[in-house]
Amino acid sequence: MSKILVIGQQAEGKLNSGIAKVVNAAKAIGGEIHVVVFAADGSAAAAQAAAIDGVTKVIQIDRAENDHGLAVIVEPQIVALAKTGYSHVFAAGTTFGKDLLPRVAAKLGVQQVSDIMAVHGATSFDRPIYAGNAILTVEAPAEPCVVATIRLASFQAAGDAAAAAPIEKQTLDVTLPTHTRFVKLEAQKSERPELQSANRVVSGGRALASSENFSIIYSLADKLKAGVGASRAAVDSGYVPNDMQVGQTGKIIAPELYFAIGISGAIQHLAGIKDARTIVAINKDPEAPIFEVADYGLVGDLFTLVPELESKV
Amino acid sequence: MKALVSVKRVIDYNVRIQVKPDGSGVVTDGVKHSVNPFDEIAMEEAVRLKEKGKVTEIIAVTVGGAKCEETLRTALAFGADRAVHVKVDEEIQSLTAAQALAAVFKKEGTEIFFLGKQAIDDDAAQTGQMVAALLDLPQATFASKVEIDGGKATVTREVDAGLETLEIDLPAIITTDLRLNEPRYLKLPDIMKAKKKPIEVVSLADLGVTAAAALKRVKVATPPKRSKGVMVKTVDELVTALKGKGLI
Ligand SMILES: Cc1cc2nc3c(=O)[nH]c(=O)nc-3n(C[C@H](O)[C@H](O)[C@H](O)COP(=O)(O)OP(=O)(O)OC[C@H]3O[C@@H](n4cnc5c(N)ncnc54)[C@H](O)[C@@H]3O)c2cc1C
Ligand SMILES: Cc1cc2nc3c(=O)[nH]c(=O)nc-3n(C[C@H](O)[C@H](O)[C@H](O)COP(=O)(O)OP(=O)(O)OC[C@H]3O[C@@H](n4cnc5c(N)ncnc54)[C@H](O)[C@@H]3O)c2cc1C
Repeated sequence: MSKILVIGQQAEGKLNSGIAKVVNAAKAIGGEIHVVVFAADGSAAAAQAAAIDGVTKVIQIDRAENDHGLAVIVEPQIVALAKTGYSHVFAAGTTFGKDLLPRVAAKLGVQQVSDIMAVHGATSFDRPIYAGNAILTVEAPAEPCVVATIRLASFQAAGDAAAAAPIEKQTLDVTLPTHTRFVKLEAQKSERPELQSANRVVSGGRALASSENFSIIYSLADKLKAGVGASRAAVDSGYVPNDMQVGQTGKIIAPELYFAIGISGAIQHLAGIKDARTIVAINKDPEAPIFEVADYGLVGDLFTLVPELESKV
Repeated sequence: MKALVSVKRVIDYNVRIQVKPDGSGVVTDGVKHSVNPFDEIAMEEAVRLKEKGKVTEIIAVTVGGAKCEETLRTALAFGADRAVHVKVDEEIQSLTAAQALAAVFKKEGTEIFFLGKQAIDDDAAQTGQMVAALLDLPQATFASKVEIDGGKATVTREVDAGLETLEIDLPAIITTDLRLNEPRYLKLPDIMKAKKKPIEVVSLADLGVTAAAALKRVKVATPPKRSKGVMVKTVDELVTALKGKGLI
């Protein structure tokens, strides 16, 4: 039977919203599912993990060094834990998971399966390659362990458990390196829905031409209670911060409704929105590639159409 | 201080990928290949550090078949002083590539290693982290700013929440994100000069690397295509359609 270790990514006492999706991917395999929380004080995040349906146990590892979730600090602890009989180690395909898990794979001497988008069995998975333009089915060796990141856009979140799973505090006897030090995190505080879990997302591209003009994107988004995204061109030009980039090398999202406004639809951008349920494109160029994938296309000047749209929804 | 930069040969980012009808892979014959764009950024960063006098020598490395020589020549044109070609003809996967790269890093006595954050073919985004783990060295992935001072590097990283800054001791492994720099255009004289720079060819065995157990490639398939939707003429038509579907 499988025994799956899910890395319970958290920040400031809040379990990452992707963990319930990782648990759902683990449920497709079955067996025991343990979520491990590394923090200075992980009590709050551990309780949230225990409330996810399918979780059979939560392991809470409190240690001052775990405060910022640095890969080099967390990795040796996961490796020690993984060696206690786990068949799988899963992490979310977030920047945290991507930074961390390949280290675990290397230490355990296994290839990592990156970005699982479908689970066929305990060792058989689909993953996207070439910006999602091809889907690779792989069979991973079962021994010693399967190490994988989960593509969050491909899984629904597991629901709430009827009864909370037990939480076990553990200490691990592992020496941690001091060669890597956290300096700071510059995070955008925003009241808007988080890009990766929002039901609706409004994204703007290069056509917005300035950060001031981006306000028309924000105000449509606020009217729709939507998250806000951007193309790489908009981020590179400095109109919006990096964490808003959607695409192959930015965030991969799967909202119910996606607005691509003044975005041409380069394959690298489309890679980030393949799983969006409905795509609406507004672009002045009727030949823009975005119209090839849009469910609804509207040709015209965004500077008149977007405010009009905002007034009518 | 010596810098190592890895360069991977990938299908050019502008190419529309075709999956082979028998599901064995994607069509690569006769398709334009280039240096992985993130590796160009890695090369550029090393060259800028050399121009600033922080790096004394740049070594480019690749793991792959005979055609990867072109990739190394591009790296040499960018400004690498010499190159190492770890020649393998069979398919290798990330951990094996990482083992080979780690061995070259050690053998060359390098102090800083720049890799791309992800290769745009496999999109695995894992090799740099694996190298760091194998060598038990610090890593700073997804870098958008790197400052080297004495035996330390201060690196700003693009993470989901925003920008994170780490201070790491050298030697260290850094993987590059898009906004770290804008790679220069190569000039003809540099391309000509690159032809004369030395490339050392080694095998996995020379480096003492045995390939790690591989993931078995079962099949490669084309994803379901999104069908083209409808064009609406006015905002009113769009609003009616979205309301009709219960989307707004
Ligand atoms: C390795 C690599 C990775 C990449 N990763 C990503 C990624 O993760 N995400 C990403 O988005 N890109 C990525 N890119 C970049 C991608 O190739 C495109 O360059 C980028 O997506 C273009 O952004 P854009 O659509 O905003 O700009 P453009 O392509 O310049 O498109 C602007 C569009 O706006 C339209 N327009 C102009 N004015 C108006 C107006 N007044 N009203 C209406 N429409 C107007 C134009 O017709 C045009 O279609 C990557 C590229 C590389 C090489
Ligand atoms: C001849 C040959 C054919 C192959 N054919 C296929 C195929 O058809 N399908 C398939 O899925 N895989 C194939 N592979 C395997 C694939 O190239 C490996 O998975 C790869 O080496 C690991 O990198 P990644 O793409 O996972 O890297 P990532 O972790 O995404 O790459 C990050 C960075 O690591 C560095 N890097 C990674 N690999 C290398 C390398 N080999 N040389 C130099 N730097 C590197 C680069 O700096 C890169 O930017 C083939 C390999 C070889 C040698």
